[in-house]
Amino acid sequence: MKKRMMMVVSSVLAAGTLLAACGENNDDTTPINENGNNNNEVTENEGNNENEGNNEATGDGEAFSSKMVTDVGGVDDRSFNESAWAGLTMFGEDYPEAEVDYIQSSDASDYAPNLNDLARQGTDLTFAIGFLMEDDIRTIAQQNEDQNFAIVDTVVMGDDDQPVSNIANITFAEHEGSFLVGAVAAMHSETDQIGFIGGVESPLIKKFENGFKAGAKYANPDIEITVQYAQDFNDASRGQQIADTMYGNGADIIYHAAGGTGNGLFTEAIDRNEGGENVWAIGVDQDQALTEGEWSEGNVILTSMVKRVDQSVYQVSEDTMNGNFPGGEILEFGLEDQGVGIAETRDNVSDEALEAVEEYEAMILNGEIEVPQTDDEYEDFEGSL
Amino acid sequence: MKNVFKGNLTGVFVPLIAILFGFVAGAVIMLVSGNNPITAYGALISGIFGTPYDFGETLQRMTPLIFSGLAVAFAFRTGLLNIGVEGQLIVGWFTSVLVGIAIEAPMIIHLPLALLAGALAGALWGFVPGILKARFQVHEVIVTIMMNYIAMHVVNHFIRNYMIESGQRTAFVNDSASLSSEFLTNITNFSRLHWGFLVAVIACVIMWFILWKTKKGFELRSVGYNKHASSYAGMSVNMNIILSMSVSGAFAGVGGAMLGLGTYNYANILPSFTNYGFDGIAVALLGSSTSIGIFLSAFLFGGLKQGANNMQSQAGVAPELVEIIIALIIFFVASSYLIRWIYSRFQSKKEGK
Repeated sequence: MKKRMMMVVSSVLAAGTLLAACGENNDDTTPINENGNNNNEVTENEGNNENEGNNEATGDGEAFSSKMVTDVGGVDDRSFNESAWAGLTMFGEDYPEAEVDYIQSSDASDYAPNLNDLARQGTDLTFAIGFLMEDDIRTIAQQNEDQNFAIVDTVVMGDDDQPVSNIANITFAEHEGSFLVGAVAAMHSETDQIGFIGGVESPLIKKFENGFKAGAKYANPDIEITVQYAQDFNDASRGQQIADTMYGNGADIIYHAAGGTGNGLFTEAIDRNEGGENVWAIGVDQDQALTEGEWSEGNVILTSMVKRVDQSVYQVSEDTMNGNFPGGEILEFGLEDQGVGIAETRDNVSDEALEAVEEYEAMILNGEIEVPQTDDEYEDFEGSL
Repeated sequence: MKNVFKGNLTGVFVPLIAILFGFVAGAVIMLVSGNNPITAYGALISGIFGTPYDFGETLQRMTPLIFSGLAVAFAFRTGLLNIGVEGQLIVGWFTSVLVGIAIEAPMIIHLPLALLAGALAGALWGFVPGILKARFQVHEVIVTIMMNYIAMHVVNHFIRNYMIESGQRTAFVNDSASLSSEFLTNITNFSRLHWGFLVAVIACVIMWFILWKTKKGFELRSVGYNKHASSYAGMSVNMNIILSMSVSGAFAGVGGAMLGLGTYNYANILPSFTNYGFDGIAVALLGSSTSIGIFLSAFLFGGLKQGANNMQSQAGVAPELVEIIIALIIFFVASSYLIRWIYSRFQSKKEGK
């Protein structure tokens, strides 16, 4: 009896050590520094080792590490977080000596511990994906002044109303991209009625709304636009309900900036198309036609307004590695840097509309059209038409 | 005499076995999904005890869980299932923050006032299902579930329309109403540990005292054991139901105040439930509705949730696994019959030998 126990114990231990060895090997693949990382004068690295505690990985300053904390959606949310992780992965592939990783947050109370975890590991650049982490990243950046942080979609102000000096603020010109899809929607609408579904009402989502409305009005001054907010980013049934009402009232194209709520819009559009109607939806953040909107005779997604979170994450990582950390700066990725735009899937879009998109894009770039972001700016814009 | 002893023993034995089974099952899942359970559990444990920061965060996480566990247990002792702890916690959170922002007073008045406001709001949210149950025999489970949604959406409405400061949240509460402590933060290397932890310990004692040392507490438990007998003995069953739900709600409300005045120092628009209330059911169940049991199981769940982050970053195990382990532990507690059966088989075999 005893002998058998010993056998079991020792085999478990053996299996354990073997498996543990496998795990360690994986970890070791990244920080090899063979092909002369010539860009490695990152001065910010020096301060990291001040943190006592479990500084196991990377803190030696040899290799650059760039890691991110996801929002509750996780890295497979088919939107924002996934895009950010794609950018980091690409960065890791292009610079194999750099270490990239992510931590997933299960709920809002995980933000601070996760950010802190990365900071204490001595991560050179820590990304917070999403404006909900604003308060947590502010605190942690102030506690770890020697380290670099970046946040997507918001600007983090310190106590003195200036951007915090060790946080790079990544924002996008969503209004510009939304303008283009607004124009597409207006040119495709047969009923001259289109709709917009927002997630939670906030200055950020207002940029989508006002850009969209402006683009639609610019392309067709007679267009009617209905706007409704779901006050939720994660309620697909609410999204479907709103879409049902809008389509029911005569709109035939709806654009959403509502995260998971927008999936309800696609469901409703698919149902209606299967039922013989001809309605469209416009996606947001990523090229959503690649993952959503399939129905028996095609795809209900006319096009999408893409926000290249991946590119911004890549670029900020690269800059930081090269010693040009844009701390305290507000980076806006707009049409100019291809930070926003219309998706590559555009089979459903008419040539006429695509030409118009190109034309408007040029006009926005040379300043002929100034796309409104807030309600007030939109009113001025509408008045000037 | 022997029976009493045996009963107490199984009272401790069942949860411990359930926890053990939960971890073993978790290890099996990790093996199947290609992770090494030894590394993972090592990372989990060092994620709880490894650094002062982690330990501080663990205590911080368990604080609201203690309150939601106490709330569930208190109602349960009177034979009521309070599924509405979530909602009571949300209104408590909001109200305490409201008082924390709107009032200017010295700390000695302001802080207790804000805590009291949270307790009152939670009590009110528990009172409604209590009175509906007592007067109209409406089942408290249904009412409390519905009250959760009302709480979340009403609070979201108020924050969105009247109190929004930046992004999704209200302003910070005044320092005089904050439970945050520079001292605790410093000794735990910048964790969010706050004085609320002490409040939670006191609350455990209060619950024990009310239930086991007062006449009212005896009545409450008596109603829980047998309504009809209690009524026959001259106790007002209806009054006790209302009282129990209100006190339960008050515990939950203070739990919300822990988040509002301690952890975050603000209230924010909730995209979905916080789950503290629902976790409270698990905490109470595992702690077999006793103060000490709740304290320990809140520590376990708070620790698991905190350690999950480290398990993720060090061992590469998905944090969802911790949720599965918690669910399995609850499953095994709930199926304590099974454990008792195995235990008795084991016992009789031994005796047979």
